[in-house]
Order: sequence, then structure tokens, then C-alpha cells
Amino acid sequence: MNSVIPFLPLMLAALAALFLRGWARNIIMLAAPIIGGLNLLGLEHGVFWSMEFMGYALEPVKVDKLSLMFGYLFHIAALIAVIYALHVKDTTQHVAGLSYAASAVGAVFAGDLLTLFVFWELLALTSVFLIWARRTDRAYSSGVRYLIFQVLSGVLLLAGLLIFAQVNNSLLFTDIGLQHEGIAQVGAWLIFLAFGIKSAFPFVHNWLTDAYPEATPSGTIFLASFTTKVAVYAFARAYAGEEILVWIGVTMACFPIFYAVIENDLRRVLAYSLINQIGFMIVGIGIGTSLALNGAVAHAFNDVIFKGLLMMTMGAVLYKTGKINGSELGGLYKSMPKTTILCIVGAASISAFPLFSGFVSKSMIMSAAIKEGYDYVWLLLLFAAAGVFHHAGIKIPYFAFFAHDSGIRTTEAPKNMLIAMTLAAVACVVLGSFPAQTVYALLPWEHKYQPYDVTHVLTQLQLLFFSAAAFVWLNLYKLYPPELPSTNLDADWLYRKLAPAFIKRIGCSVYGVYASIEKSITASIKQIIQNSYDAEEGKPKGYFARLWPTETMVVWVAGLLAAFLVLYYI
Amino acid sequence: MSDHHDSDGWFDKPENVRKMLRVFYVLCALLVIADFVVNRYVYHSWENVPAFYAIYGFVGCSILVFVATWMRSFLMRGEDYYEVDSYDEVDSRDE
Repeated sequence: MNSVIPFLPLMLAALAALFLRGWARNIIMLAAPIIGGLNLLGLEHGVFWSMEFMGYALEPVKVDKLSLMFGYLFHIAALIAVIYALHVKDTTQHVAGLSYAASAVGAVFAGDLLTLFVFWELLALTSVFLIWARRTDRAYSSGVRYLIFQVLSGVLLLAGLLIFAQVNNSLLFTDIGLQHEGIAQVGAWLIFLAFGIKSAFPFVHNWLTDAYPEATPSGTIFLASFTTKVAVYAFARAYAGEEILVWIGVTMACFPIFYAVIENDLRRVLAYSLINQIGFMIVGIGIGTSLALNGAVAHAFNDVIFKGLLMMTMGAVLYKTGKINGSELGGLYKSMPKTTILCIVGAASISAFPLFSGFVSKSMIMSAAIKEGYDYVWLLLLFAAAGVFHHAGIKIPYFAFFAHDSGIRTTEAPKNMLIAMTLAAVACVVLGSFPAQTVYALLPWEHKYQPYDVTHVLTQLQLLFFSAAAFVWLNLYKLYPPELPSTNLDADWLYRKLAPAFIKRIGCSVYGVYASIEKSITASIKQIIQNSYDAEEGKPKGYFARLWPTETMVVWVAGLLAAFLVLYYI
Repeated sequence: MSDHHDSDGWFDKPENVRKMLRVFYVLCALLVIADFVVNRYVYHSWENVPAFYAIYGFVGCSILVFVATWMRSFLMRGEDYYEVDSYDEVDSRDE
């Protein structure tokens, strides 16, 4: 059929947005994700475009069910984010947002590792402008840290793919796995780590919690949708069924919720819960059965939309009040009732209430875990699921919109923001209520699953209601930690405080040694000069200093002639 | 909701909150009772404990909050912790 390369509509729109202004730009920006999404409908499975590069077969565009599903998702996410950003009069954000979405689409349709690498780096380069567009010092430096991590991930990917190209004589992007012989093992681990950085593995997760809350309100919506989901896609394609992912994933699902409970910046709370949700997906990919993989992919699909929705509501709060810290907000339900309701829909979706989107995908991963005998993993995921409800489901709406009245009076967010949030909220309910007709119909692997039975609904409701009961109890007895203006130490302390202090100390001592050596050398040179000059007589000491320059010359010529004479006869 | 004025928001009245909580408690109780009535599938032996999910949710979340509060004791720093120049930090470390 008459389809074009998938990322092209978005990329061209980004280019057009660079030159167009006003309503013309708005129309192009709205049309691009719609046209791009419709374009995908016409794509046939298989290699869409292939070429040869330095003797390697490249497949820059390859279509299958897995890439198509992410393709649809990214176009929906781009459309919602574009609508949300329409009121912003900032070319940087518009161009960066669209080209970032285009890079994500390009990455999921990449059939070879080299194309994947190109889009992998483009993701980093385009998205960092969404952080810098905040135009504060904090945003600038956290953008730089973000870029360092993203580029590091790209460099590791490049090193890994070069090893693979050498060993297998092929660059095609298929299942990689971690079991290899010799040097290929190193390559496999390098690529694994590259994907790991982008999906915010523990200890390399701080680029996410650092940068996302520093971006502009609409920039964060783009950010939360693409980078990590591309990494999840890449893991699903290349490392499905690697058991180590189960353990990494369960760590990612559990540790951020502790941070989320004590974090004050509500967008940073959401960033921590983003890591927690990716943890669920990584566990699903690690289990590797078709049910688990379907669950992981479906959860990625749903997460983009409900996390986007929650980020959008917090973005609206930030946009209208200029504040985002839990300690400064509260009582906003009076002036922003629509945003409040939309936020509660997002909260219900992320905490997997029945009839909301999180329920239908999270329960797939949980069922797969228990079916494959991962008992403790299942228990921990259950804990993480309760914890999600606790921080993202209750804490976010409670501290922003209810709690004590902060006295802030404002108005609803602009219409385009409300429309974007409503679209996402409707999608959450539709995906959750009619999974078989929507997200399940797109799933890449063959597996029948029915989330709605009495057991699932009842047990999930018990879990959620009693998690809420814990919140009520802790709050009534003043045991809940109050929102305090604070910074909580995390792994980024290592490179933001420890390493700089350490390097500074080493640098200081190295410089100290250098300076003292330099000083003693200058002193000794001065000493030599002092010794060769007679200050009392006002002239230099030594034999040549007493002669005229011509006399000095004659002495040298005589010396040379003598030397020549001696050498001639030897 | 928008027609409410500043001081008399629905959630500002303690009796409204009390009513809402009472409904919530009843729902919680009903869910526990349902556990004994409904014959649910059991995938794992732990689930045989009556109201396993309710207990797990409540205890799990309480532990979560207590541990997180305890974590504050050694993780919490001032809001501009990273903005402070490290030279100043070295000087003022004794305080």
C-alpha cells in the first residue's frame, strides 16, 4: 500500500514547525501524529526498506506486530502531548517535541542495530532541549547530566554493535540474549547495559528523576512517553526471557516507592513511580512467556497514557500556580475541579483499579509471575502494586488537590491542556473497560487472557482498599511523614557530591605538587642567574662576560677549528 | 464543585470527611466479608489465609511508610543541597 517511512511525517512536521508560526504551525503539529498514525495502518509486515552499507545488510525500516504496537502508541502519545503543548509559544519545545517523537518511532521500526543506534542518539539530542527549554540554571545543569547518561548509553550500544558486526558479520536487530562465547559475550553485555541505562536500571536511574522534574510542564509529557519505552521495546526484542531481568525489574518496582513516599516535588514523585512501572515491564520481559511479554508490552502501552495523564495534571498545577512541591500545595480542588477529577482517573489507572487501564496489564504480569513459580517476585510485585497506589494513587491527588488548604486560588488550566488530559483519561477508561477490543487486539504474542474474573477483581479491590485504609490510619494518627522542603540522597549523590569532592581533592594535591615543583625550578633558575651576575660591579660574572662579542666569536671559531683538526686525523 | 466559595469547600467540613470515611470503612468491611462468601481461585498456598490481600495491603503499606520515614533520618538534606558550592560545604561541615 502507499505508505511512507513511519517516522517521516513527524520528522517533516518538526522541520516545518521550525519555520512556520501561529495557526499554520498548530495545524501541522496536530496533523502530523494523525497522518503518521494512519500511515501505520497501511504498513505490511516485513522489511519495508533495506540497503547495504560497507558490506552489511541494513534494514532501516522493518515492520512486525511488536514494532507496530509501539508505533501506534507513540503516535497517540505524540498527539496528546502536542495538544497539551499547543498554547506554548516556544519554537524550541515544539520542534524538539516532534523530532523526539519521530526519533522514538524511528527507533522501534529499526531492523538493524546501526539504525537503532542513530535513533538512540537522536532521542537524546532532541529530548534534552525539552529540559533546557525551562531556561533555569537547575534545568541547564540537570540537562547536561541527562545528556551525559544518554550519550553514554549510545556509546555502549555502538561498542556492542561493532563487536556483534565483527563476530556475526551481521547487524540485524534480532534476539541477542546474554549467552555467548568469547568476545560476543562482552558485546551482548554492552548492549544490555546500554538498554539498561535508558530504561533507568537501579544506580543508573537518576538521570530520570533528576531531569524530568526540571523540564517544562509540556516537555515532561514528551519525556515521560518515549525514551524509557523505547528501551522496554528493545529489551522485549533482544533479551526476552533473560532471568536476570526478573530480579532487576523487581528491584526497580520496589525501591523507588520508598523514595516516592518522602519526595516533596510531586513531578519527581511521578518520576520515581515511572521507574517503578518500568520495573513491572522488565519483570514481564524477564519471565519471557508469551503471557508475560504481552503483559509487559500492554503495560508499556497503558503506562504511557496514564503516566502522561498524571504528569499532565501536575504540569497544569505547575503552570497555573508556579508551585509543584507538596509542602506548598493543597486545597486546589476548589479552583481546579476538572483537573482534580482527571488526576483521580489517572491515579485509579496507575493503581490498577478494575475498569481502568492499569488493571488489565498489571494483572497479566502478576499472573505470569505466579504461573512460572516466581513466588517471592510475585509477593514483591504485590507489595509494589500496593505501594504504587499509596504514592501515585493517593499521595499525588491528596497533597495537590486536598490535604490542608494552601490558600492558593487559581483557575482551570487552558482549554487545550484540559482537552489533552480528557483524551488521555478517556483512553484510560476505554483501555481498561474494553481491553479485548483495544490493547489486547494489538498484542504481538498469541495468548488468551481474561483479566475480569471474580477472583482478580475481588483480590485487587481488597489490596487497594486496605492500602487506602493504611493511608487513612497513618494520616489520622499523624504517622504519615509530612511533606517537607528537602532533597533526598540517591545514587546521584555518588557523582554529584562524592566524586566531585574526591576528584577535587586529587586534583588539588596533583596541582599542589605541580606548583611546588614549578616553584623550585624557577627558584633554581633564578639562583643560577643570581650566581652569574656580579651585583657590586654591575656586570655578569664568568669568562665570556668579560669579552666583546667579536672576541667571544673568535674563541668559538678557534675551538671549532681545533676540534675539526683533531677529528680529521683520527 | 466550582460554585463553592473558598472557605466552604466540601472537603473543608469535618462532618463531610467523617461521612466519607464511614462509607469507606463499610466498603472495606464488605470486601473482607466477600472473601468468605465468594469462592475465589487460589493460585498459591499463601492465598488461603483469610483476607490475605487485605492484610497484605494494609501491613505492606504501613511498613512502606514507616521505612520511608526512617529513611528520611539519613537521606534528607536541605532543599538546595546540590546548589551549595562544595567549597562552602567543606568549610561548614563541622556545624
